[in-house]
Amino acid sequence: METVIKTKDLTKRFGDFVAVDKITFDVHKGEIFGFLGANGAGKTTAMRMLCGLSKPTSGEAIVAGVDVYRNPEEIKRNIGYMSQKFSLYEDLTVLENIKFYAGIYGLTDQQIKDKSEELIEKLGLQNQAKVLVSLLPLGWRQKLAFSVAIVHQPKIVFLDEPTGGVDPSTRKQFWDMIYDASENGITIFVTTHYLDEAEYCDRVCIMVDGSIKALDTPFLLKQKFDVDNITEVFYQLARTAKRSDN
Amino acid sequence: MKQFFAFVAKEFSHVFRDRKTLLMLFGVPVVQIVLFGFALTNEIKNSSIVIVDNAKDMASQQIITKIASTDYFKIKRELLNASQIDAAFKSGDIKLAIVFPENFYTDLLHTNKAQIQVIADASDPNTGTTLTNYVSGIIADYNSQMNATINVPEQINLDVRMLYNPDLKGAPNFVPGVIAMVMLLICVMMTSISIVREKELGTMEVLLVSPFKPLYVILAKAVPYLVLSLVNLTVILLLSVFALDLPIKGNIFLLYGVSIMYIITSLALGLLVSTGAKSQYGAMTLSLVGMMLPTMMLSGYIFPIENMPWILQLLSNVVPAKWFYIIIKDVMLKGLGFSYIWKETLILLGMTIFFLTLSLRNFKTRLE
Amino acid sequence: MSAITLDHIIKTYNKGTTLAVDDISFSIGKGELFGLIGPDGAGKTSIFRILTTLLLPDKGTATVVGNDVVKDFHKIRGIVGYMPGRFSLYQDLTVEENLNFFATVFGTTIKENYDQIKDIYGMLEPFKTRRAGKLSGGMKQKLALCCALIHKPEVLFLDEPTTGVDVVSRREFWEMLKRLKAQGITIMVSTSYMDEATLCDRIALMLGGKILSLDTPANIIKAYPEKLYAIKSPNMHHLLKDLRTNEDILHCYAAGEFIHLSLKNAGKENEEKLLKHLQSKGEIDLILKETTPTVEDCFIRLLGNINGNSN
Repeated sequence: METVIKTKDLTKRFGDFVAVDKITFDVHKGEIFGFLGANGAGKTTAMRMLCGLSKPTSGEAIVAGVDVYRNPEEIKRNIGYMSQKFSLYEDLTVLENIKFYAGIYGLTDQQIKDKSEELIEKLGLQNQAKVLVSLLPLGWRQKLAFSVAIVHQPKIVFLDEPTGGVDPSTRKQFWDMIYDASENGITIFVTTHYLDEAEYCDRVCIMVDGSIKALDTPFLLKQKFDVDNITEVFYQLARTAKRSDN
Repeated sequence: MKQFFAFVAKEFSHVFRDRKTLLMLFGVPVVQIVLFGFALTNEIKNSSIVIVDNAKDMASQQIITKIASTDYFKIKRELLNASQIDAAFKSGDIKLAIVFPENFYTDLLHTNKAQIQVIADASDPNTGTTLTNYVSGIIADYNSQMNATINVPEQINLDVRMLYNPDLKGAPNFVPGVIAMVMLLICVMMTSISIVREKELGTMEVLLVSPFKPLYVILAKAVPYLVLSLVNLTVILLLSVFALDLPIKGNIFLLYGVSIMYIITSLALGLLVSTGAKSQYGAMTLSLVGMMLPTMMLSGYIFPIENMPWILQLLSNVVPAKWFYIIIKDVMLKGLGFSYIWKETLILLGMTIFFLTLSLRNFKTRLE
Repeated sequence: MSAITLDHIIKTYNKGTTLAVDDISFSIGKGELFGLIGPDGAGKTSIFRILTTLLLPDKGTATVVGNDVVKDFHKIRGIVGYMPGRFSLYQDLTVEENLNFFATVFGTTIKENYDQIKDIYGMLEPFKTRRAGKLSGGMKQKLALCCALIHKPEVLFLDEPTTGVDVVSRREFWEMLKRLKAQGITIMVSTSYMDEATLCDRIALMLGGKILSLDTPANIIKAYPEKLYAIKSPNMHHLLKDLRTNEDILHCYAAGEFIHLSLKNAGKENEEKLLKHLQSKGEIDLILKETTPTVEDCFIRLLGNINGNSN
């Protein structure tokens, strides 16, 4: 199994405050890796380091074969990114967005043309290709955003709470798309507040106060904590947190 | 009432906790004053000049030698005739030209009077004035030297022409200009941004759904900037008086009185901008481009209005800063009293009422 | 007298081109904990804004504690507490300063109504000199709630107070709401997390400006038309694919640990048939059982009714 993300004692400090405290883990190719934690637990900071957006204070991290210290710009070429807050340009059409991002990710003109057609076909957006994204319902936007994030077949795609505020039916469809991508060899790194989505992951990593308190398959985690569902696992771990409200 | 003060207190907190902006608001005028002020007080040495000596007689030669011996001037070249002067100035490095008429010495001897023409590049008015003053000094010196030995006093007059900036805008004029600009910056931009920020952050929503009258929200936001503007004004005046030796000729109370008037006009303008802007960025852009730029261009602070095409002159009447600039020059530099400025003050008052009425009408008690 | 009523409310935006609220009518009793459940764009925020008098409806009337939202808006603004969609307090003021400010704006003091918020504020007090912008998501929520409660409102409007907050904080928040309800405050809250729906007295499932269903969570679940099954196997994705090709399946989708499905015709026979079919496809270690529908299942079912298909 090829390892696409490898970290060792990865740490990020802001002055005296240790946001991420020596996290060590591996992510394998094609895995759906869930990253859970309360707000303030360090999820976002960790993700930013892996995306090459933030330089670690210490520790090692190799993402898609690239050392995050040496060449953060090269990482960005090999990954895709999507979040709830930012996905597409609302004042561009569906087609324009696809073309724009495909171009940014370095696809050739012919590839852009082919990919655009393929995407629109797959999502069933033939009638909406020239429609402004702002006029699409939220669910469609999220699905389109995900497709755009993987238009260049990146090795890894980072998803930051991608299904927030979306209706349950669309959420299921979104996860179908994630499964398909995973089967095509794209590794998925996803954070979420919907704990049922944790069940869909191959492995789940729970962060509390900047460090990893649990990392295993959903099944084994439930066994270990002797509970029925991931929510209870999370609840037990999060209760020990000093950093948030408790 | 207690609520109103609570609100004002909150607004002060916001202002003081935003250190970067505070630095800018106080820093910019101080820097401007200091730069302008001290840039002026340097002596100018080794300015390149040209001479056109149509006389080539003893007197002109003596004066030229005198000029050459000072370190204020470096005689770049002697031109053959006056028609070459234009080109010399255009080439850029010449700051002054002195022209001696044909029968200079003869005129002096027979009529006891003679004229020397001095043409100065006044696009930097300070330089132009200073250099001209140097020449005057040299000539006066020559005059007194000459007159020491003869009975009938002779007089050499200078015909001075200031090129490019005949009215010499600049020098003491910049302090009132800085005052006008700073008031505008603080009152229009900061106030409007503050109000729009509430809208953008969502706190305005919560405030609307409360017994607190929306009108008071606006008034409370204006108060810290009123105070800030007055403090800034005081700082500028203190600097001008003590660091730049610029005396305040007029009544200090009148000065503050009209300044408060102008501040209120600017605040009203800020209110108006806030009703039109949808985001903080929009408020800032509207303030800078919509207000600051016209104010800089059309208030008479930098460019004289009288030289502008008539359409711009017309437009300048709508700029509050134009009227304030006249008022403050009259009071601060010329020492005039209220009887001279009542017209301009009335105009400012009218503008204030107009802006206030418009903003109150546009202010929304609902979100749409 | 109902605490809140809506009568044929219609709201559009963009000069009538976007229909946000499509002829909604319902009422909420005093002391009820009522949930508006639905995804973004369902119309929840529009309804909140109409009831808190921030927006005017295009058509229809609404009242809050007997006051008309259009005519008597200033009365309403004095007696309700409102927590809008995102964090709406002053980031650069401290916890205590924020609370003080809102108390004063509503004509009261922290001291006067301390009892009201003691529960919640107790958790914040150790941080009272911290700037609000530096609080964690869960704490910001609590602070916003305190500020909305400080003047002892009769009705509380909370627009998606738990969005983007972790599960533990969300749970705590709902515990607090239950305690507030016990004091007799009417609470109208919206959320897109379906699992929170069961904590309300009654809920309205909303989508596209319409109400799909309005009742107690228990009744909505009871009204689920078919028998719902849960099935799982070691390879869930594979299982889902196989199920989709099966013609006896009415609909199926992933739901956490299990896949939920309904059969066109329920009954032991058909269950066996299904299992046999799946085994023939290579599925092993299958577990199939009946399950009680959740609110999410009901929502998806109702969605399916609208779309005409269920997959």
